Amino acid sequence: MAPPPGLPPVETDRDPGLQPERTRLAWRRTTLTCLVTAVLAMRQALRSGSSGPAVAAVGLAALAFLAFLLLAHVRIQRLGAARPPAMPVRTAAAVAVCMVALAVFGTAVVW
Amino acid sequence: MSDIGRLRAARESVLLWFAPAKVQEEGTTPDYRFSLANERTFLAWIRTALALIGGGFAVDQFLTDLSHWARASLAVALLAAGVACTLRAVNHWVRCERAMRLGTNLPVSRFPAVLAVVVAVLSVAMVAVVLFGWAG
Repeated sequence: MAPPPGLPPVETDRDPGLQPERTRLAWRRTTLTCLVTAVLAMRQALRSGSSGPAVAAVGLAALAFLAFLLLAHVRIQRLGAARPPAMPVRTAAAVAVCMVALAVFGTAVVW
Repeated sequence: MSDIGRLRAARESVLLWFAPAKVQEEGTTPDYRFSLANERTFLAWIRTALALIGGGFAVDQFLTDLSHWARASLAVALLAAGVACTLRAVNHWVRCERAMRLGTNLPVSRFPAVLAVVVAVLSVAMVAVVLFGWAG
């Protein structure tokens, strides 16, 4: 039967226990992808030249990855609860800041 | 929807990013499984954005035979697509969460189609540039 309009739909025949698990794994996958991108960024910085700015650039890329790692870690801790709360908007915005930092950094190095 | 209405809607959704508590004031809290599914979709878009950003780095590092301009333009185009994908991911996640709280329809978006076209154009451009690079 279709749920009445205005109410969120309800599912009854699926295992709810695996939902936090799947979300946890999604964070893990994303962290791994972020690591690969950060390593590419660091390789770029090391290739592009001399010591001073290159070291700073490697540091910045590493910082973007570490920030993402921390966000993922905190979120995964929260997902351990019995009824995990929805992701805060602040977390989503912080993830976006990490991505944009990597891209801006990349543009600066490529140029 | 008129242009002004569209601008106003865009402004409202960007304002929502910076007022996290406002999202949770409206409507009722949906079943947490739907919020988690929304979060996983957000993360999948973030991985897409990361792949585009990583692709930008890869173009610059591995297509070394190209001229500086061709390489830099391709790389910057990919990086820009990655940034667009990220910002849209946050915006879409907030709008979906809000729609679920208010019990309205989920927002539709032409972004996936636009992204597909952009990726296709970039791929064709890359193949052309690499082939001409070998020929010339």
